[in-house]
Amino acid sequence: MSWVTTFFTSSIGRKLIMSLTGLFLITFLIVHLIGNLQLLYNDGGQAFNVYAKFMTSNPFIKFTSYGLYAGILLHAIQGIILWRKNATSRPQRYAVASKSTSSFTSRNMGWLGMIVLIFILIHMYQFWLKMKLGDVGMATYDGKQVKDLYKLVAATYQNPLFVIFYVLSMAAIGMHLWHGFGSAFQTLGLNHKKYTPFINTLGKVYSVLIPLGFAIIPIYMFFVLNR
Amino acid sequence: MSDMNLKLKVWKQNGPNDKGRFENYKVVANEHMSFLEMLDVLNEQLISEKSDPVSFEHDCREGICGACSMVINGRPHGPNKGTTTCQLHMRFFKDGDTITIEPFRANSFPVIKDLVVDRSAFDRIIQAGGYISVNTGQAQDANAIPIEKDVALDAFSAAACIGCGACVAACPNASAMLFTSAKVAHLGHLPQGKVEHDKRVQKMVAQMDEEGFGMCSNTYACEAECPKEISVKNIASLNRNFIGKVFKTE
Amino acid sequence: MTVENNFTETETLVKEGTGLKNNVPEAGDLENKWTQYRSTMDLVAPNNKRRIDIIVVGTGLAGASAAATLGELGYNVKCFTFHDSPRRAHSIAAQGGINAAKNYQNDGDSVYRLFYDTIKGGDYRSREANVHRLAEVSRNIIDQAVAQGVPLAREYGGLLANRSFGGVQVSRTFYAKGQTGQQLLIGAYQALSRQISVGNVEMYNRHEMLDLVKVDGKARGIITRNLLTGKIDRHAAHCVVLATGGYGNVYYLSTNAMGSNVTAAWRSVKRGALMANPCYTQIHPTCIPVSGDYQSKLTLMSESLRNDGRVWVPKKKEDVMAIREGRKNGNDIPEEDRDYYLERRYPAFGNLVPRDVASRAAKTACDEGYGVNSTGLAVFLDFAAAVIRYGKSEAISKGINNPTDQQIGDLGRAVVAAKYGNLFEMYEKITGEDPYFQPMKIFPAVHYTMGGMWVDYNLETNVPGLFALGEANFSDHGANRLGASALMQGLADGYFVIPYTIGQFLSKEIRTPKIANDSPEFMAAEKETREKLEKLMNIKGNHSVESFHKRLGLIMWEYCGMSRNAEGLKKGRQMIRELREEFWRDVYVPGSLDEYNPELEKAGRVADFLELGENMMVDALDREESCGGHFREEHQSAEGEAQRNDKDYTYVSAWEWDDNEPILHKEQLEFKNVELKTRSYK
Repeated sequence: MSWVTTFFTSSIGRKLIMSLTGLFLITFLIVHLIGNLQLLYNDGGQAFNVYAKFMTSNPFIKFTSYGLYAGILLHAIQGIILWRKNATSRPQRYAVASKSTSSFTSRNMGWLGMIVLIFILIHMYQFWLKMKLGDVGMATYDGKQVKDLYKLVAATYQNPLFVIFYVLSMAAIGMHLWHGFGSAFQTLGLNHKKYTPFINTLGKVYSVLIPLGFAIIPIYMFFVLNR
Repeated sequence: MSDMNLKLKVWKQNGPNDKGRFENYKVVANEHMSFLEMLDVLNEQLISEKSDPVSFEHDCREGICGACSMVINGRPHGPNKGTTTCQLHMRFFKDGDTITIEPFRANSFPVIKDLVVDRSAFDRIIQAGGYISVNTGQAQDANAIPIEKDVALDAFSAAACIGCGACVAACPNASAMLFTSAKVAHLGHLPQGKVEHDKRVQKMVAQMDEEGFGMCSNTYACEAECPKEISVKNIASLNRNFIGKVFKTE
Repeated sequence: MTVENNFTETETLVKEGTGLKNNVPEAGDLENKWTQYRSTMDLVAPNNKRRIDIIVVGTGLAGASAAATLGELGYNVKCFTFHDSPRRAHSIAAQGGINAAKNYQNDGDSVYRLFYDTIKGGDYRSREANVHRLAEVSRNIIDQAVAQGVPLAREYGGLLANRSFGGVQVSRTFYAKGQTGQQLLIGAYQALSRQISVGNVEMYNRHEMLDLVKVDGKARGIITRNLLTGKIDRHAAHCVVLATGGYGNVYYLSTNAMGSNVTAAWRSVKRGALMANPCYTQIHPTCIPVSGDYQSKLTLMSESLRNDGRVWVPKKKEDVMAIREGRKNGNDIPEEDRDYYLERRYPAFGNLVPRDVASRAAKTACDEGYGVNSTGLAVFLDFAAAVIRYGKSEAISKGINNPTDQQIGDLGRAVVAAKYGNLFEMYEKITGEDPYFQPMKIFPAVHYTMGGMWVDYNLETNVPGLFALGEANFSDHGANRLGASALMQGLADGYFVIPYTIGQFLSKEIRTPKIANDSPEFMAAEKETREKLEKLMNIKGNHSVESFHKRLGLIMWEYCGMSRNAEGLKKGRQMIRELREEFWRDVYVPGSLDEYNPELEKAGRVADFLELGENMMVDALDREESCGGHFREEHQSAEGEAQRNDKDYTYVSAWEWDDNEPILHKEQLEFKNVELKTRSYK
C-alpha cells in the first residue's frame, strides 16, 4: 500500500477529507447564496436567468462545478463510511444515554448529513437536471435566448410543501454547519486559544446567516412575488 | 448521618459472549460512602445471600490508578466533573434514587464480567510508540537540556492521563483520540521526545485504528468526561502532526 | 492447609537460626564500594544473555524498571502483574516526590548527606552499604527519568525545581505536582512497553503469582493463576525477581490500593525465603479519618500540610462530646479550651515532628478520649491561624490599612489556596466539608512497610536465584522511611542495582539449559496451588472474605499498630490464630475456580495476611525496644519518647517460616561510618 492509500484510509486521513471537502462546500455556499439572492430582484427573473446562463456556460465555472460535484460525492461517501464505522464501534448502546456532555448537532452529524444529501439530490433533480434536460421554457433578454430557470423556481415555490421542505432542509444544513464549521478546523489541527474562539463564533454566525439567506428565498417568493 | 435507600439497575454479563442483562438491587447507603463503598455494601449483602456479587474494577480508590470505570446514569465516572468513580461520594445522590450502572461500552473494550472491561488496547497503543527510546544508563545530566516551564507544564497536563478509558466510553463514536493524542502531546512537547515524534505519531495512530476504535468527530464529550480534564487541543495537535508528518517522512 | 492450633506458650521462645551473610563487598571504603564492586563483578556475555530467562513479578516502579532494563540488556524477560495493565501498580499513587543527591540547589547536599539522613531517619536499623549505594544512584534516576520524558517540575529558567521534605535540611526532592509517583511509573511503564514491543519482554497481565518453584534449592519459576480464566500455569526461568510491593493491607485499612497484597512474597517465604523486620510499619499522621465501618481505604493528605496547619484537640471532654454529636464544630471552641498537643509536647519541632512521633501523639490524644469525630478517632488540623497570618501580611503588602476581618480572611485563604489548593479540594471531595472554613479532621493511617523479604547486597534473598526489589524487600529504610524515599528506592533497585547484581547469580548459570516447567517440583507446586484454591472454594462457610479481612485489620491495628506491648502482642497473636482457624472453617467464596473471580483472589490474599500478621506480632514481641515505626510501650522515656536499645537490637530480624514457631535469623548491623544517636524533637 502506498503512503497515499495508507494515509487516506487512516482515521485521520479520512477525517482530513471530510474537513477539506467540508470547507470547500462551505465556501461554495457563499457563492451560491450570492447568486441566488438575485431571485429577489423585482425584474421578472432577468438578473437571475442571465446569471444562471453565465454559470452554466463559462468554461472555468463549468470546470469548478465538476470539482464541486466531486467534493459533494467525496464528502458524502467518506461521511457515510465514517458514520457506518462509528456505528459499529459500539455495538451495544448505553441504556441511559448522556446528552449533557456534547452538543446535539455534533452527535447527529450523520443523520443531518443524510438529510442534506437527500435535499441535494431532490434539489439537483428539480432544477439542475430539468434545466440540463431542457425541460424549461426560454426567455429573451436583449435578443439573446436563455433558459428561464427563474420561472421554474417560481413555479416550484408556489407549492407550500416545497417551501416547507426547503426551509426545513436549510435548518438541517444550518445544524450540520453549526458543528461542522468549527470541527473542520479542529480536524486540520488548528486549535489555539487566540484564534479558535473567533473561528467558533464565526462558524455559529455563518451557520445561522447562510441557511437563513437561502431560506428567505422560497418564503419571499411564496408570499410576496406570487401574490 | 441519614440512610439512603437506593435502587440499583446494574449490568450483569458473564463473559464477552454472554448477552448480558440488567439486574435490580436494593441497597441502603449513607452519604459519607464513596460510590465503590456503596457497591461493597451491595456485594457483602449479595455474598451473605450466597448470590453472585457484582464484579467491578477498582484499585487505588484515590483517583489515580485508572482502574475504576463504569457508566453511572449515562455518565462515565458519574455526574461530577474531573472525578473518578472511586472519588464520587454518595452525598451527590438522593434517598430513593434509581441508579443505572453500566460498563464502559466499546467494541475495543470487550466486557469481561459485569462492569469489568478489557482495556488492553490502550497498552498496545502505547507499545506501538508511546515512549522515548532511551536505554537505562544512556541519559545525560538531567539539567543538560533546559525546558521552558510552560512547556513542561503542558507536557505534564497531557501526561496526567490515567488511562481509564472514560474518553472512549463517553465518545459517541468510541474513539480513542483523546488518549492517543495525550500521549503524543506529552512526549512531543519535550525536546527529548521530538526525535522520534514523526514515527511515534504514525505508529500510534495506526495501532489505534487497528484496535477498532471509532473515528473522532469532534463532539468533545471525551474532554467533558475526562476525570483528569485533558484538553481536546491535544487531538488538534495530533491531527496537525499526523497530516504534516505524512508528507514529510520517508 | 490445616491450622493446628497448638501454639499455647505464653512466652514466645524464639528459635534462633544461623547468622546471615549480607555479601557486602569487603573491598573499598563506603564511598567507592559500589563502584569497585560493579567494575569487578562477574558479567554475562550478550550471546549468553539471550539464552537466559528471567521472571519479574510486579510492574510498579521497581518491577517495571527492572523488567525494562533487563530486557534492554538482552535477557528474555517474562513479566507478571495481577492488574489489567502494568500502569495500574500502586506506585502510581505516590504524591510528594523523589529524593536525589543532585545538589542542584547548591544548599550543601551530597551523596553522603542523603545517605546519612536516610540512616538516621531509619533510626539506625538499615544496612550502611545498601543505603550509600541508594544515595549514589539517586542521581542517575533523575537523569534517566528526564531522558524518558517524565515532566518533572521546572523553574522559569528551564532547570529542574526542588522542594524540601520532612526530616532533612536541604531541598533535594524532585516532583511533578502532587503526582510524582504517577509520572515516574508512566516513565517506567513506557520503557517496559518499548521492550514488550520489541519482544524482549513477554507481558502477562491479569496473572497472579501463587507459588514459587525451587529446583535443587534455586528459585526456578512460579505458578500463576490467569485471573480471567482461572487457568493455573507453570512458568520456568533461570531466576525470579519479586517486586510485589508492601503488605500494609494486612491492617485492612491503609493508604495502599485495594489489591496490594503480600501473596507473592509470603508464598516465597513459605518456600524458604526469610521475612525481615515485618513489624516495621509506617503510620502516616495526616490521613482523612475513617467515617464508618463500610470504609474500604484511607486517603493520604500530603505531609506538607503540617507546615501551616496546627494540630489540636479540645481540652474539655464536654466540648469533645458536643463536637461528636454535631452540636458544636471546631470553630466554636475558644482558644483557651484547645490543646495544641504537638506544640505543647515538642516545642522545638512543634507540628513538624517526624511521622512516627506525630502519629503516636494523635493516638494518645484519642486514646484519652479527645477524638473529635463520631468514631472518636480524629484530631483537628487547623489552618485558621495561618489564614490570619497570611491575610495580615497580604493586607500590608497590598497597602490596605485597617483591614476588616473579612478582608484578612479572604486574602489569607487565597494564599492557603495557592499553596494547598488541590489538597483542600480533595479533602472536600471526600468529606464534603470545606477546610477553608472548618478545621480539617485527620488521623494516622498505615502507609508503608519498611519490612520485607530479606535480601543481601545483591538484592538476592537467602534462596539462590530469588531476588526482591522495592517495597517488597527490607533493605534501605531501617525502622522508618523518610518522605520521598520510596520512589527513589524502587527505581534504584530496578534501573541501577538489579541489572548488575543479577549477573552475580546468572554468570554461574550460563551453562544451565532452559529450565523445564514439567519437572516434579513444578508439577507438585502446581498441584498444591490448585488444591489450596479448591480448598478455599470448598469451605462454603458463612462469612465473606472481606469480613475476615476487616477483623484481622482491627486486631493488627489494636495490638500491632502505632504502639505495642508484650501483653497485647501475645493476645493479638492468639486472636489471629483463632481468626485463621475460623477463616479456614467458615469463609465463603462465591463463584467458581475457572472464571474471573475477584472474591477468590481476595480469599487467597487474606489467607496469607492471616499468617503474615502473626509473624508481625512475633517480630514486634521479639524486638524489646522502640525504634522508628515500632514503638513498644515498655520502652519509652518518662516523657513518653521512644527508647532504642542499640546494645541488644542492632540487628535485622529475618524470620524463617514455621507454622508454630518461626525461626529467627539475625543479621548484625555494623555502623562504621555514622555514630548512633538518639533522635530528639523536644
